[in-house]
Amino acid sequence: MKTLLVGEYRKGQLRDSCYELIAFAEKLGADSTLFLVGSPTDLPRTDGTLYLADVAKYGEFNPEAHKQLLLDVVAREQPDAVVFSHSSYGWDLAPRLALALKAAQISEVVDVVDGSFVVPSCNSKLRREVKAKTAVSVITVQVGAFNPGEPSGTPTVVALDTDAVGSLEFVGYETAEKGGVDLTKAEIIVSAGRGIGKKDNVELIARLAEALGGEYAASRPVVDAEWVEHNRQVGSTGQSVSPKLYLACGISGAVQHLAGMKRSEYVVAINTDRDAPIGEVADVLVVADLLQFVPVLTEKIKAL
Amino acid sequence: MKILVCIKQVPDMESKFRINGAGTWYDESDLAWRINEYDEYAVEQGVRLKEQVADAELVVLSIGPDRVKEVIKKALAMGGDRGVHVKDDAAFAKDSFEIASIVAEYAQKESFDVIFTGMQSQDRASAQVGVYLAEMLGLPSVSTIVDFSYADGTVTASRELEGGLKAVVKVATPALFTCQLGLNTPRYPTLPNIMKAKKKELLTVEVAELLKVDERVETSRVYFPERKGGGLVLEGDVGEMADRLIALLKEKTTVL
Repeated sequence: MKTLLVGEYRKGQLRDSCYELIAFAEKLGADSTLFLVGSPTDLPRTDGTLYLADVAKYGEFNPEAHKQLLLDVVAREQPDAVVFSHSSYGWDLAPRLALALKAAQISEVVDVVDGSFVVPSCNSKLRREVKAKTAVSVITVQVGAFNPGEPSGTPTVVALDTDAVGSLEFVGYETAEKGGVDLTKAEIIVSAGRGIGKKDNVELIARLAEALGGEYAASRPVVDAEWVEHNRQVGSTGQSVSPKLYLACGISGAVQHLAGMKRSEYVVAINTDRDAPIGEVADVLVVADLLQFVPVLTEKIKAL
Repeated sequence: MKILVCIKQVPDMESKFRINGAGTWYDESDLAWRINEYDEYAVEQGVRLKEQVADAELVVLSIGPDRVKEVIKKALAMGGDRGVHVKDDAAFAKDSFEIASIVAEYAQKESFDVIFTGMQSQDRASAQVGVYLAEMLGLPSVSTIVDFSYADGTVTASRELEGGLKAVVKVATPALFTCQLGLNTPRYPTLPNIMKAKKKELLTVEVAELLKVDERVETSRVYFPERKGGGLVLEGDVGEMADRLIALLKEKTTVL
């Protein structure tokens, strides 16, 4: 089997996720070739062929040109699968390529079992095993699902070029407002999910965080509801954290959230649903209504 | 301007799911159904665009069994002008390529200037249909938008990337946009608008008229993930659980 792995560049730098793609290809036992719209100054540390188009010319977000560059490489390499990260770059580009190649697309692969790809459904409550019915497939792999080894090596670079012009004009990047909160350095994080029910209850989470000497945070729905500011969001579109203790209160455990907190040393989840996916990664699952449990826990910690 | 919004009806994700008899998807009985959360933002953005430009029409399309008419009616009550129900009792078994092909077949009959979809569904979560649809129609698309503004045939949109970063892009219409959570604040339909929506056109089309392709992805099995084990589950009295947890934190961590 032969795979073409598609790396990503962001703000002029290679994203580490390309090493996860290499780990995925190794799990498949596949020979792999890399593709990157990037710069010779920051190349993946791996051996083998790297098809490189100049990011200065094609930009980091220019899906039509990137698609054409990829199609040229597919024609040369004839891979059985083209593999992206399941990221904003991957889920934008993968369907474009899949359609052009008349290939099946399989999104968000977390495992490979007997030649079938395992993908989560319904907020990770279910798993589906799927197979492509086409000769070539396009795959996106869930960020964090395949652990990379220590990168080493030097690629053999093959330069790419295309005349394709995109119909989108990239204006620029915007960074979310930065507050005084750096969750990446917090040792203790108490995080609120949709289960807190209403904005007033954020106070309970903040008080517990204060009693523990940590920071409070939130999952995406709480931030979208504007109950907690964006700079406290944990997850793939927020901050990635690695505290000694992560207390997830009323968080079901959507994959995007898990991606941001999976490096926590010790995870406690408080949830009324014994089957919530957060239970998968929790060291302790407290089956309780957080509105009852959190105030009691806070008082007991204060009394220590 | 003609605007199309594609929506899906999904179960409430807090539901207790059961696997269907064939072991290929969840059992659809005894579930509370709602509009896919991402699509609600798509409907709201469509309505706002319609309100902004003069002489616009907003069409809402959904594929599925008869019950999906409920979400179409909700979208009409939010401000859509007419609905299209592609009747398909087996929509759950179709892959993203088939679903996008069905919509493309319909959309080709009307020339839409702007199309909105959710960036993914909450149940399948493949994030494919919107971008597929644009490619099939030969339209430019911008995925995962969290900001949208329209002026004189040009859309400026922000795509949400990872880690709090956004990419701002401009594109001329006709174009398709897939909507991310937080794009706007979806309105609640008012009672008068719910009443008005009942009188709006809701066309039903049989899926067989629009489906002209074969599936490309096959689902062999659906199951509950195995518990990885090791995790301790506490249940019972709140005070006792709090004591137990404090003891565990003292024993297993250095934070207390």
